[in-house]
Amino acid sequence: MTEGIGARVLRKEDKRFLMGKGRYTDDIVEPNQAYAAFVRSPHAHAEVKSIDASAAKAMDGVVDVLNGEQLTGDGIGNIICGWAVTQKDGSGMNMGAWSALATNKVRYVGDAVAVVIADSIEQARNAAEAVEVDYKILPAVAQSMDALGTGAPEIHENAPGNVVFDWEIGSLEPTDAALAGAAHITEMEIVNNRLAPNPMEPRSAVATYNNAEDHYTLYTTSQNPHVARLVLSAFYQVAPEHKLRVIAPDVGGGFGSKIYIYPEEITCLWASMKTNRSVKWTSDRTEAFLTDAHGRDHVSTAKIGFDKDHKIVGLKVNTKANLGAYMSLFSSATPTYLYATLLSGQYNISNIYCDVQAVYTNTVPVDAYRGAGRPEACYLVERLMETAAREMGVSPVELRRKNFVTSFPHETPVIMTYDSGDFATNQDQAIKAADYDGFEARRAEAASRGKLRGIGFSNYIEACGIAPSAAVGSLGAGVGLWESAEVRVNPVGTIEVLTGSHSHGQGHETTFTQIVAERFGLPTENIQIVHGDTDKVQFGMGTYGSRSGAVGMSAIFKALDKVEAKAKKIAAHVLEASEDDIVIEGGEVKVAGTDKTMGWHEVGLAAYTGHNLPEGMEPGLKETSFYDPTNFTFPAGCYICEVEVDPDTGVTDIIQFVASDDFGTIINPMIVEGQVHGGLAQGIGQAMLEGVVYDDDAQQLSASYMDYAMPRADDLPNYSVHHASTECPGNPLGMKGCGEAGAIGSPPAVINAITDAIGNNDLSMPATPSKVWAALQAASAKQAAE
Amino acid sequence: MTEVSMTVNGKAVKADVPDNTLLVQYIREHLRLTGTHVGCDTSQCGACVVHVDGKAMKSCTMLAAAADGADVTTIEGIADNDLHPMQTAFKENHGLQCGFCTPGMIMTATDMVKRYQADGRELTEDAIRHELEGNICRCTGYHNIVKAIADGASKMTSA
Repeated sequence: MTEGIGARVLRKEDKRFLMGKGRYTDDIVEPNQAYAAFVRSPHAHAEVKSIDASAAKAMDGVVDVLNGEQLTGDGIGNIICGWAVTQKDGSGMNMGAWSALATNKVRYVGDAVAVVIADSIEQARNAAEAVEVDYKILPAVAQSMDALGTGAPEIHENAPGNVVFDWEIGSLEPTDAALAGAAHITEMEIVNNRLAPNPMEPRSAVATYNNAEDHYTLYTTSQNPHVARLVLSAFYQVAPEHKLRVIAPDVGGGFGSKIYIYPEEITCLWASMKTNRSVKWTSDRTEAFLTDAHGRDHVSTAKIGFDKDHKIVGLKVNTKANLGAYMSLFSSATPTYLYATLLSGQYNISNIYCDVQAVYTNTVPVDAYRGAGRPEACYLVERLMETAAREMGVSPVELRRKNFVTSFPHETPVIMTYDSGDFATNQDQAIKAADYDGFEARRAEAASRGKLRGIGFSNYIEACGIAPSAAVGSLGAGVGLWESAEVRVNPVGTIEVLTGSHSHGQGHETTFTQIVAERFGLPTENIQIVHGDTDKVQFGMGTYGSRSGAVGMSAIFKALDKVEAKAKKIAAHVLEASEDDIVIEGGEVKVAGTDKTMGWHEVGLAAYTGHNLPEGMEPGLKETSFYDPTNFTFPAGCYICEVEVDPDTGVTDIIQFVASDDFGTIINPMIVEGQVHGGLAQGIGQAMLEGVVYDDDAQQLSASYMDYAMPRADDLPNYSVHHASTECPGNPLGMKGCGEAGAIGSPPAVINAITDAIGNNDLSMPATPSKVWAALQAASAKQAAE
Repeated sequence: MTEVSMTVNGKAVKADVPDNTLLVQYIREHLRLTGTHVGCDTSQCGACVVHVDGKAMKSCTMLAAAADGADVTTIEGIADNDLHPMQTAFKENHGLQCGFCTPGMIMTATDMVKRYQADGRELTEDAIRHELEGNICRCTGYHNIVKAIADGASKMTSA
């Protein structure tokens, strides 16, 4: 089987993208289409005294100018957060209201107050500039620590002190006691820098209201069109679900930022109804920086204790999580259940305590971005481990190995149960691939050229395959996180698989096909994957949290089980054999041990003609499954980064980057390696280049590609990618997930390498040349003083 | 309004467009050739690269009027029926994921290979990475794009 599980099948979807025949949302043009341009606040915090649209309305081509009063007046609901976190004292979150168009107050630069609908995009944009908004500017705050300070401006009146929630996990007193008895304590302040996700395709929406049918259609750049429809219907009351079709066609990357249902999509749907026109909006890049949910932005203090044998005795963490101006869809889950639950890392730690204060600021809402909470946990734990090893004068490799979890299942003090893994084998493989034994010789050679070499490790673990519905429900999730699939065998034996997962670069049309090909021995060209349209696919929770393999493909697998069972019944009846003797292979359905056989297509035909079916069997061959996982999955691995720093300039070159991952079963190694490459690039970008910068007035200074350092080809190395897998016991294919690992595991490896090179552990991301140079000077000054 | 006429993918086209129409808008909105993409507003990302009189150009950086009389090739016109060798190389090396930057990458890559071949210079990995300065990809981490361009270069030589 050359196209089944484990084969490097080239991607089915590539040809249309290569030929320029991809169909992205902005490529879609509806008849009678008008364009939306949003009037956005230039101030980070202000009262809206008045909006005067009279001049704009009189301009050529302007269809209408609509505002938040009209929107809320029409019963459009506020934007929700889908995960209710319970505070330390048992109370709920202090969630402020978020209207798609702000009415009396704006809370970040980019907050929309009105929308212009016009015949052309130029007319809409010109008219948007002519809308006069009278603002009373209020003091603004961009950093979580400032928002928590005394005298900070109050952003939402129901969130005193700008605290959205104060949450904790683990056991405080045992952790304090364990740390008090520790032989060595490593304590650090660790900042996880704010990032802009930056999928290359900007967000876009084309909304059409059909007044003859009282029906809405929305083309949108979504990772989860069914979730969008559910939320737009049940919470925003834009239209009931059966009157709303959401289509996410080809989507040009997401990385989390296209999970959420933003003000623009809501407004376009509503504006289409108001104006009786199709309404299109496509973000420009600066608008994307100003409105796409950002990621990370944690400020933490952390303390880890070791006994005299270098075994970890306790970990205590406090984190301030900046949630921005409003609570986005998963914003509460990201710095809590997706973060603090991974603070045990790959290690046996008996005592962990973490508390998190989530904070409102006058910045873009912050939510899940590739990794979502897990990169923050991994960065914190792995910087602590490397720094502790240096402080105690032990090998960072040995320190980790001494503390590895080695038996499974393993229950951590932060509510996760690791189901499988082999951390030492991945570490061994990475060390070998990186030629760690030869590092000191390479360091000496670099020093002879006046360069500083360093090597850094990161042993990450993450929780993927999101998620068991009952478990997340008990933790506050507003939805179940199962996945659905439907397998339709056509009368000629070709197969369509309708999946609730959504592909926006992951190659599902190829990988999903492979498990069907494997099951029935069919060529992949006979199999089609359908996704991204609520009128075609019954339901789906979409793609994020590395869930499309472990959850989405498991649903397909379960539906295939049902198809296989029915096909065997039909064949047994036609071939007059026992069902137990039927085998399906190579596109043939056979009676084992005989020459009796029928083609797969003949089974399909028999099912649909219905001429000769077992008594009582319904015609047709189409099965559905809703698969709900039983646990998270736990991809893990070891990453090693080797760098060379120029001490004169602080410029850092990555000499090699080695990844050894345990993703469980791998369906298509080519695609999995591609996912790792992309994740590593985003993680290295975070570590060395990227960072959203706000000034003291909460103006975003980095809102274009002239200002925000996107990783480019000559910033990045080739990657050395390896796998050492243990099967995941929790799902039928044994898969763990691979989409986020690179972004989760790589930042600490990079920073640990640079700090090794410069001899100073005090370095924050992004480690730009100026920061590296300054840290190097500080280290030299300290050395001179000693 | 300005009247512009040019050849796009071998076909003569003519239209009256507003003076400030960018070449990329003309290609996408007027000609409905939507393979050319817009990923930024500052001529940084390269999703809009086309060939103008045989040279790679960011079509967001040029007015349609400035291309009056020019011979323009977009991603849709790079191969007659099937795939150009560079497109094949991207497929075989998994040089694309979401596909949004891909047309610009292909147009940049073919231009790069032609220039290096015309000058008799070797297109090394370092050279490819340097030449990709004006094309941003968020999905692939560039590893496979660089491999694809090297492979595409040899495929173009032998083609």
